[in-house]
Amino acid sequence: MSWNDFDPVIEGVIKSIVVLGALFITVGYLTLAERKLLGRMQTRYGPNRAGPFGLLQPLADGIKLLLKEPILPREASLGIYLAAPAISMFVALMSFAVVPVGPSFVAFGKERVLAVANVNIGILYLLAILSLGVYGVVLGAWASSNRYSLLGGLRSSAQMISYELSLGLSLVSVVVLAGTLSPIGIVQAQKQTGMTWFLLLQPIGFMLFALSGFAETNRAPFDLAEAEQELTGGYHTEYAGLRFGLYYIAEYMNMVTISALVTTFFLGGWIGIGTGIFYTVTQAPWAQLLGVFWFLAKVGAFLFMYIWVRATLPRIRYDQLMWFGWKILLPLAFLNMLVTALYVSLS
Amino acid sequence: MALLEFARGLRVTFKNMIRPPVTIQYPEERRPLPERTRGRHVLHRYENGLERCIGCFLCAGACPADCIYIEAAENTPENRVSAGERYARVYEIDELRCIFCGFCEEACPTGAITLEPILDLSDYNRGPLIYSKEMLLEPPRDLDKLPA
Repeated sequence: MSWNDFDPVIEGVIKSIVVLGALFITVGYLTLAERKLLGRMQTRYGPNRAGPFGLLQPLADGIKLLLKEPILPREASLGIYLAAPAISMFVALMSFAVVPVGPSFVAFGKERVLAVANVNIGILYLLAILSLGVYGVVLGAWASSNRYSLLGGLRSSAQMISYELSLGLSLVSVVVLAGTLSPIGIVQAQKQTGMTWFLLLQPIGFMLFALSGFAETNRAPFDLAEAEQELTGGYHTEYAGLRFGLYYIAEYMNMVTISALVTTFFLGGWIGIGTGIFYTVTQAPWAQLLGVFWFLAKVGAFLFMYIWVRATLPRIRYDQLMWFGWKILLPLAFLNMLVTALYVSLS
Repeated sequence: MALLEFARGLRVTFKNMIRPPVTIQYPEERRPLPERTRGRHVLHRYENGLERCIGCFLCAGACPADCIYIEAAENTPENRVSAGERYARVYEIDELRCIFCGFCEEACPTGAITLEPILDLSDYNRGPLIYSKEMLLEPPRDLDKLPA
């Protein structure tokens, strides 16, 4: 037994710690960024009282949630009730494991990938994990023993299942174009087709994935499951204090994950000025840093889109939502797949 | 086409983002108030320093919320407080009961009680919001103007 035997473990642990830390901080400040941006789009300031420019607001929110009374419904199925928010967060964190945030480099004698795990069938893994997200919602709703939660949870799970189809199908076209199921390979493919992002080659696919992403994360305009006006809070009605905080954070983490996936599959991942020309396996640290910078910039841009869309569009009614998912997006996804497959096979 | 409508909506919210917000940052900034805004009460004096209030109870009688409490006392040659026969020895207004209608201001014969544009009335307890005469009375003018 030598250090070399533990090498993958050490690498995995370091990467996990870095990614987890970065994700939690990002999510915390994403909540603030959303509130401030939403405010600005409504010609008002966002929170600016807790610390300069409201920068301590996430901390204040966290402390507030901690100090709330943890209510436990008498009829709730305790184990599932407690586990459900954890499942949501687990899914959000796990999906981030295959996302490449920068170009590979060599350290200590091996090529290191800038993703937590280098999974050859990354897309399969992703689709599987994202499907588990439904459990977090529907189990929480059921275990709450509350009819409003149940209705909200059922609506939400039906919505998520419906839009998973177009989500997956839009990715099939990407896979066909790239010729690989690995996210790292897909980013590579976007570089090799002459710096062409799949956004340009697959505009419909991008739109499908983006819209399905909005629906998967229960974000406006598909946020019917949380419509307080109708469901008094939907599936998280019976969750108070820190337990609610867990769902809340899981929702924002899912937003970040979907943005990261959009960036990887359609916006070229970490590709940008300074990373394209220099790409070989033996790297100066510049390419990695620039790669991470471009990745973060693109994810940030898509997160801005998330917030911008929330500020603008009214909520879609539930039947309109289902109609849209099954009768518009799904056929479009099939069509897109067909056209892409034809194009690839004929060229 | 629906996509065009989305784009128009997005453009609106984007333009809003660029414009300066219309928020007034209380308490650093205050909204400019009209002169006759009915805020907190103030008991006034004459130019020579004597209190205007003569303890006639008209304001207490006019008040729909019954929030004014007065105890009158006689002016004596040694202690002349107001310009009439009586003055208000105790004058309390329960600002929590007050509905800020201004009837007391209209009823007052001497112009002693008026509602001024003062809106900062908050406290953590009910007690301190019963304003006494000392808290309501406006401070005396320049000492130079008082009679010798």
